[in-house]
Amino acid sequence: MSKDIRPDEIPLSAPSSVPFPAEEFEAVEPPTSFLKDVWQAYRNNRMALGGALGVALLVFMAVFAPLLTPYGPFDIDLDVMTLPPSAAHWLGTDQFGRDLLTRILYGSRISLVIGIVPTLLSMAIGTTLGLVGGWYGGKIDYAIMRLADIVLAFPSVLLAMVVMYTLGASLFNLFIALAVVGWAGTSRVVRSQVISLREKEFVEACRAMGVKTPVILFRHILPNCLPSLIVLFTLGIPGAILSEASLSFLGVGAQPPTPSWGLIIVSGKEFLFSAPWIAIAPGVFILLTVLAFNFLGDGLRDAFDPYMKP
Amino acid sequence: MKKFILQRLIVSIPVLVGVTFLLFWLLNVVPGDPVALMMKEHISVDVVERVRQQMHLDDPAWVRYLRFLWGAVRGDLGESYKLKRPVADLILNAFPNTFLLAVAAALFAWIVGIPAGIVSAVRKYSLSDHFFMGFSLMGVSMPVFWSALLFQYLFAVKLGWLPVAGFNSWKCLVMPAVVLGWSSAGIVARLTRSSLLEVMRCDYIRTARAKGLLGVAVILRHGLKNAMLPVVTVMAIQVASLLAGAVITESVFNIPGVGRIAVGAIQARDMPLLQGAVLFETVLVIFGNLAADTLYAWLDPRIKFD
Repeated sequence: MSKDIRPDEIPLSAPSSVPFPAEEFEAVEPPTSFLKDVWQAYRNNRMALGGALGVALLVFMAVFAPLLTPYGPFDIDLDVMTLPPSAAHWLGTDQFGRDLLTRILYGSRISLVIGIVPTLLSMAIGTTLGLVGGWYGGKIDYAIMRLADIVLAFPSVLLAMVVMYTLGASLFNLFIALAVVGWAGTSRVVRSQVISLREKEFVEACRAMGVKTPVILFRHILPNCLPSLIVLFTLGIPGAILSEASLSFLGVGAQPPTPSWGLIIVSGKEFLFSAPWIAIAPGVFILLTVLAFNFLGDGLRDAFDPYMKP
Repeated sequence: MKKFILQRLIVSIPVLVGVTFLLFWLLNVVPGDPVALMMKEHISVDVVERVRQQMHLDDPAWVRYLRFLWGAVRGDLGESYKLKRPVADLILNAFPNTFLLAVAAALFAWIVGIPAGIVSAVRKYSLSDHFFMGFSLMGVSMPVFWSALLFQYLFAVKLGWLPVAGFNSWKCLVMPAVVLGWSSAGIVARLTRSSLLEVMRCDYIRTARAKGLLGVAVILRHGLKNAMLPVVTVMAIQVASLLAGAVITESVFNIPGVGRIAVGAIQARDMPLLQGAVLFETVLVIFGNLAADTLYAWLDPRIKFD
C-alpha cells in the first residue's frame, strides 16, 4: 500500500474486486455550474427574494413613471396647494400644487441614477487602483493604500461636503463627490483579492505563455473578483442614495426643482406642521429602496459564499 | 503598552499630514478667488490686491500649505472670513455641544443596543429577536434627517412632549440623541447578538452549564464578558463617528455644534471656517480609532502589543 492513501480512504469492507452497482452512480447529482449554485442558494433566501422584488418594482416605477400618473413632475397647480392625500392625489400635493406621488415616481429615476452612477464610478476607480496596487506591489501599492487610508480617515459626509463646496452644488458634481469618497473601500477589497490571486497557478500559466499584464489583470484576475464586486456594488447603491439625501438636505446636493427624494423631504420640512405628508412620503420610499438593495446585496453575498451553502 | 500607543501614533502621522494636504488642496488650490467672493462687486482692483496681500493669497500654494500646517500644529486655524474671529475659538466654543450630543447618542446606543443584542441572541429567531433586528435594520436604512423630522412631528407637534429644536434644557437633547444614536444602537445590537451567539458555542460555556450554573449567570458572567470584546471596540469607534455624524442632527435640531459650523461655513462660503471644522472632526475620528485599537489590544490579552 502506498503512503499516499489516507486512512479514511482505505476500503473497510467492500472488496475492491466487486464492481459497484450501477444505481449508486445514478443517485449522485449531476455537476452544477457556479451560477446555478448561486441561484439555488439565493432562491432559498426569502429576504433576498423580497429585496430583488423591491428593486424590480423600483426599476418599473422609474421606467414607466409617465404612464403611471396623469400629472407631470413640474406641473404647478395653485388651486390644489398642500392638499392631503385624496382620490385625485394619492399622496397629496406640495406647496406648489404639484402631485406628490408623481414627483416621487419621477424621483425614483433620480434615485436610481444617483445610486448607480457614483457607485459605478467609484468602483471603476477603486477596482483599477486595487488591481494595479495588488499586482505590482511595492511603492505603487504603498502610495495607493496610503491615499486610501487618508480618504477613509475623513468622515464621508464631511469629505463629500468639502468636494461639493469646491465644485458647486449640482447633480453631476454630486456624482464626482460620492465617487471621490467611495473608491477607497473598493480598492482595499480588490487589492487583497489580487494579492492572493496573483500567486495562483492559472496566473502563473498566463505569465509563462507571455500574456500581457493588462490582459491578465482584466481578463483573468478581474472575473475572479466579480462576486465581491457585485456585492459591493449592490450595497454601495443604498449608501449613495442616503448620502444624496443628506447632502441635498444640507444644501450641497441636487438643486430644486429636481424631484429628488431628498429634496422633496427638504421642501416638506417647512410644512411639517401643516402638511406632514410632503416630508413623510418620500422618506418611506427611501427607506424601502435602501432596505430592498440591502436585502439584495446581503442575499447575493450569502449566495456567492461557498461556505454558506446548505 | 506605551510602545504600542507610540507606534500607532507614529503610523498615524502620515495620515494626518495627508488629511491636511488633501483638505487644503481641495479648498485652496482649485480655481475660485475667495477675495472676489468676499467683496462682491464695485471694488477697485487695488483694494482686491491689497486684501489678497494681507491674506497672503498671492504666495505660492505650497507656502500657504506649510503656513496652514504649521498653524494647525500650534492650534491656529486662521480667521473666519465672515465672523472675523479665530476659527479655533469658534470650534472650541461649539465643541462641548457636539460632545454632549455624541455622548448622549452613544449612551442611548449602548443602553438600547446591548440588551437588545442579548435578548436577540438568547431568544434566537423569536419574535423579540425579529423585532430588535428590524429596529436595527431601520436605523441604518433611514436618512437621519428624515427620522429627525418624523420624531419632531410625532413628539413635538402631535404629542407636545419635547421641544421641536433648540439647546437650552436636557429635554432638547432627547430627540437628537435618539435620532443620532439609532443607527449606532442597531450596529451595537447586531454585533452583541452575533458575538454572543459565537461565544455561547464555546466549550467553557458548556462547562459552566454542566457544573449547574443558572442560565442567567452563564450568559452574563461567562458569555457576555467574552462577547463584549468586539462590541467595546466598535463603541469606541462610534463615539468618534457620532461626533462627525452629528453634522446633520445638529442642523435639524438647531444645535450650535461643530457640525453646524461646517454647514454654516459652506452656505457663507467661509473657507477657513469650513477647513478648520472638517480638520478638527477628522483628527478627532483618527484619534478615536486609535483609542479603539488600543482599547482592544488592552482588553484582549491574546493580542500582543508589539
